[in-house]
Amino acid sequence: MKIWLNEQQTEIADGATLFMVRARFKPKADVTILNGFPLREDHSLDEGDRVVLIRRGERPSPQELEALMASRHTPGVHERVKRAAVGIAGAGGLGSAVAVALARSGVGRLVIADFDVVEPSNLNRQQFFVDQIGVPKVEALRENLARINPYVQVSAFNGRLDSGNIAGVFAGCDVMVEAFDGADQKAMLVETCRIRLPQVPLVAASGLAGYAPSNTVVTRRAGTRFYLVGDGETAARPGEGLMAPRVGIAAHHQANAVLRLLLGEEPG
Amino acid sequence: MKIIVNGSERETSEGRTLEGLLEERKLDPQRVAVERNGAIVSRERFAATLLEEGDTLEIVHFVGGG
Repeated sequence: MKIWLNEQQTEIADGATLFMVRARFKPKADVTILNGFPLREDHSLDEGDRVVLIRRGERPSPQELEALMASRHTPGVHERVKRAAVGIAGAGGLGSAVAVALARSGVGRLVIADFDVVEPSNLNRQQFFVDQIGVPKVEALRENLARINPYVQVSAFNGRLDSGNIAGVFAGCDVMVEAFDGADQKAMLVETCRIRLPQVPLVAASGLAGYAPSNTVVTRRAGTRFYLVGDGETAARPGEGLMAPRVGIAAHHQANAVLRLLLGEEPG
Repeated sequence: MKIIVNGSERETSEGRTLEGLLEERKLDPQRVAVERNGAIVSRERFAATLLEEGDTLEIVHFVGGG
């Protein structure tokens, strides 16, 4: 029968078990993953199963690395997200965290847009480093994403988005993410995307400041192909800051909504 | 006349525009996205959009932070 061994289709004897495959192909492997889940005990195998064998600390070949990186994904996810392109408008607290989550998930192409440079006040919540202060955010993020997952193609737009250039910058994207800071900019992007890119689902966020209870952040459907994450009301303002945990919760709601959309599921 | 705003039935006066409704609800037109009967209404059309009996509106009011 045929199984997938480290993402290569491999012929094995009928009735062969997980440990028999390990003994034959990679006896020194100390991590054995069957269909996305690591197992310590032997297990029977079926046609089409996905087995990944990893020796801890060993540097895999570039051909093998991508498969090994995706070995904890739910089976079937990788092939589908690999073909997808996601647009992220804004590379701040929301956008940088959404980009990291989607890069780790193996989304094929990310289009990121921002006009700003990294500054010290960003580092309390955004996915940048001290040595990147002064670097354009899209460049810094591209660098960080390449270190996380070199198989993700990143297209960066270093400039201001407006109603005139949004459709062009994000042409070809399967899902859009609104990740701006300013309320008027959020409204502008949402209006423009929904008029100019009406077939592309859009995931926006509003209401994620401070440290109010985590479970007040929700994902809901707020219109045709339009999804909104947040508590809907907690604005950043004098006396109410932006904190890594809650911004991160909202960003990961957005990233999970994107993943669900790419896999054909309703996010809300 | 009756309209539906974010899933709830509301009474509003005849001849009310979308801009007027936003003003009545103290919502800044620069910070909202409005869908009327399933179609997005652009900001520049708020003043010219006359509401009609039975209209279904989805109004999202954005707050800052990201």
